Amino acid sequence: MDIKVNVRESAGDCYVVDLAGEIDVYTSPKVKDAIGELIDRGVYNLVINLEKVRYIDSTGLGVLIGGLKRVREHGGSVNLVCTNPQIKKIFDITGLVKIFGIFEDEDSAMKALV
Amino acid sequence: MNQPVEAATGDTVELHIPCRAEWVALARLAVSAIANRLKLTIEEIEDVKLAVAEACTSIIQQDAHGETLALTFETMPGALRVHVRDTGSHELRAEAPSAMDYDEARVVGLGVFLIRTLMDEVSYDQHPERGTDLVMVKRIVR
Repeated sequence: MDIKVNVRESAGDCYVVDLAGEIDVYTSPKVKDAIGELIDRGVYNLVINLEKVRYIDSTGLGVLIGGLKRVREHGGSVNLVCTNPQIKKIFDITGLVKIFGIFEDEDSAMKALV
Repeated sequence: MNQPVEAATGDTVELHIPCRAEWVALARLAVSAIANRLKLTIEEIEDVKLAVAEACTSIIQQDAHGETLALTFETMPGALRVHVRDTGSHELRAEAPSAMDYDEARVVGLGVFLIRTLMDEVSYDQHPERGTDLVMVKRIVR
């Protein structure tokens, strides 16, 4: 059980964070660190790609909420790419669909940022 | 082993894991296998898996918790009952944060909300010395 994190620069000042695996109480600090490092460097527009994430719990949601809160303080935003119906369901029942931009593909998520 | 597995009821499975984050994945795996034996749908299995993990996480994130998490899974006619409790001495964890930040506080509430939403019955008892005792039931309606 692990999470793979890959950060890459995209168009403009945007960065994409690719996540693959399971985000839980054990692995979420790794995600938090990756997002935190980007924000510390002044990156405030992020796309977080959850297409290869098989599982997320409240600690993972907390990391995403924390990242969004920080970038918003600087006028930025976080959009998510999510196609897994079970993960979408968690965003639905927690009401986080109203807070995050959630998209079917990376291009759409990126276009909505810039 | 190649015979189709019949949904079995009346069985009890117990799992004891160290009360630490790296072991929560094992609790998820165990409840997935048990829910699969009860022929829950994939969506129901995912619901129960998340609820059990949230219960474990909720206990692990408390400032004081026992050394071991005890999980009891009971396969009942038309339901899966899961009992999660921490056992052992309830001393402050060594890495206890001095103050919960906004995100952590929010996450604890989110975890409990998810458990209540995904399971059909939830009862919760928390005591500084006895620890946390959480019982939840997923009904299997076909």
